[in-house]
Amino acid sequence: MSESVPLTILIADDTDSDRLILETIVKKEGHNVISVCDGEEAVAAFVEESPDMVLLDALMPKLDGFGAARKIKELAGEELVPIIFLTSLTDTESLVRCLDAGGDDFLSKPYNRVILKAKIKSFRRMREMHQEVQVQRDQISSHNDHLMQEQTIAKQVFDNIAHTGCLNADNVKYILSPLAVFNGDVIVAAVRPSGSMMVLLGDFTGHGLPAAIGAMPLASSFYGMVQKGFSMVDILREINQKLKQILPIGVFCCATMVDMSFSKRKIKIWNGGLPDCYLHRASSGEVEPIRSTHLPLGVLDNMSFKDDCLHIEMEEDDRLYMWSDGIIESRNAHGEMFGEERLMGLFKDSASSIPVFDRILTAVHEYSQGERDDDLSMIELSMADPAAVTNTNLEYEPQRYGGMLEWSLDLELKPSTFRMFDPLPLLLNILVEVPGLRSHSGTLYTILAELYSNALEHGVLGLDSEWKKTPEGFAKYYAERKTRVDQLQGGYVRFSLDHQVMGDGGALRIGVEDSGDGFQHRENINNTHKSEGYSGRGIPLISTLCDSLRYIGSGNRVEAVFRWDADD
Amino acid sequence: MTIESRVSEDGQELIISIQGRFDFSAHQDFRNSYEALEQAPGKYRVDMNETTYLDSSALGMLLLLRDHAGGNAAQIEIVNCSPDVKKILTISNFEQLFSIQ
Repeated sequence: MSESVPLTILIADDTDSDRLILETIVKKEGHNVISVCDGEEAVAAFVEESPDMVLLDALMPKLDGFGAARKIKELAGEELVPIIFLTSLTDTESLVRCLDAGGDDFLSKPYNRVILKAKIKSFRRMREMHQEVQVQRDQISSHNDHLMQEQTIAKQVFDNIAHTGCLNADNVKYILSPLAVFNGDVIVAAVRPSGSMMVLLGDFTGHGLPAAIGAMPLASSFYGMVQKGFSMVDILREINQKLKQILPIGVFCCATMVDMSFSKRKIKIWNGGLPDCYLHRASSGEVEPIRSTHLPLGVLDNMSFKDDCLHIEMEEDDRLYMWSDGIIESRNAHGEMFGEERLMGLFKDSASSIPVFDRILTAVHEYSQGERDDDLSMIELSMADPAAVTNTNLEYEPQRYGGMLEWSLDLELKPSTFRMFDPLPLLLNILVEVPGLRSHSGTLYTILAELYSNALEHGVLGLDSEWKKTPEGFAKYYAERKTRVDQLQGGYVRFSLDHQVMGDGGALRIGVEDSGDGFQHRENINNTHKSEGYSGRGIPLISTLCDSLRYIGSGNRVEAVFRWDADD
Repeated sequence: MTIESRVSEDGQELIISIQGRFDFSAHQDFRNSYEALEQAPGKYRVDMNETTYLDSSALGMLLLLRDHAGGNAAQIEIVNCSPDVKKILTISNFEQLFSIQ
């Protein structure tokens, strides 16, 4: 508000001459004046005209200035309407009364024009400042309402993603703070088409929005991939890569992931940065800690990421406990941490009839006297009856694999293609469309590469491995390979791939046929891994990698079968 | 496929890094990386950190390097192998011929 904008000022004074002098001074300053003669009129005029400021004579008939000031302040509510008392009284007590009644200042009679001007100006500033503060307060309050509303919606969105899984299964017991999304903890669980259950507990560094943001892609990758039957290693790699890509440096996710095979009574576990998980053995009462041996998710690039997991047998009454650092780091009144020793101690109390899960919750709650309960996330898992899990959570639907299941493919390569094109990446890309084959891409590459090299080099091109006996021969072999490919007029290599579902996994049949004369495969296929010479390792290598390998007819056809199991 | 090589600062070791697929197409580059040196280094290190796949011709090439470096007296480390690469090396009993990490 600029100083040139006129104010509306209410003047209440029962002395006509005084009122006239005031009116004149105020009007001269460019303001609008409402004049009244007593307190009642002043209150009425205030209601009707909503003036910006009030000049009140202290002593007036009907209702005096003190009474009028109280009413006006009450009517003004949150708005600041400055009241300046006009008084000939000079004793301290009367002046204090003016302020007690709600007056903001007083002005002694006779009026000093300069002081009056200065006071109006000063109170105008104060009034404007007050209005600004109120606007800001209202903004803050509305922003806050908005934020709370957004967080509620965000939590609903998150819950819809995170709770599509099987956290309610009978063999899962967990606790997660109601506002866990915003303190960075996340628990997801789902059953794979093969019937094994995957559970991931994650703890993002930091709190609030940054932590919640990372939980979304984690949960959606997890659920998307588990139900399509991807292996734990693939899922960990995918989540790691995604988080690495989207999270700023310094924000990452400590996590434990476990794959529980109920039919084999085995678990496969990966711990990156969370406190030791405990496997509580029912038979001996012993606790086996499972240490973190990896960096958290979202730290390393995919090349450096380590995905080796622990394989552990688990009996029906054994219990696996996973938790975030909230439990061991919860503090008592003296600031001491709960610690691993206390936690371990709870497992040793064999006399207690209370389940360990509840024992831990109670102990931590009592220890921290109810403080920081929000940060507790814990899961207890047990081996379920495979039939129960299959019936409640999974009906076998092939499309749930989400990739290619049963298919076959024939591909014939001709001379011009040998020169220009490497078919291996193409074939490998097709193979990894089968989720279960994706984690075997390295092995599949080697199998395809061996079969293709043999078919092309020995079959189509007629090259002899004998050349590879010396370093010079090795070089000559590959130089000759190039020459012969360039000059090649006829010949072919045919791939026929065929994939079938088998139980929890599948079988890939790779047939390769070439236009060559074949070879004495009976001698060759039985040889073992040799230690001399620069060649001859291909066939022994693939017969180890495959479940079966056989040459057919004259040896220009070969068939390799590679089987995979969903629990691998 | 890219082959990069460098001699360590003390001049004692040749470090050969193989990126992508290690197969016959790498043959010439791989051979050049050690044959082109004027002075033979005492030790070799083959860095497989960025090697995605391996086939049997790569095994042959590693053996060529081993023989070039003195056969049984050769000191060759193969480092940073992915599980897939390590599997292939192990199946062929290469841990008896090389130090594999």
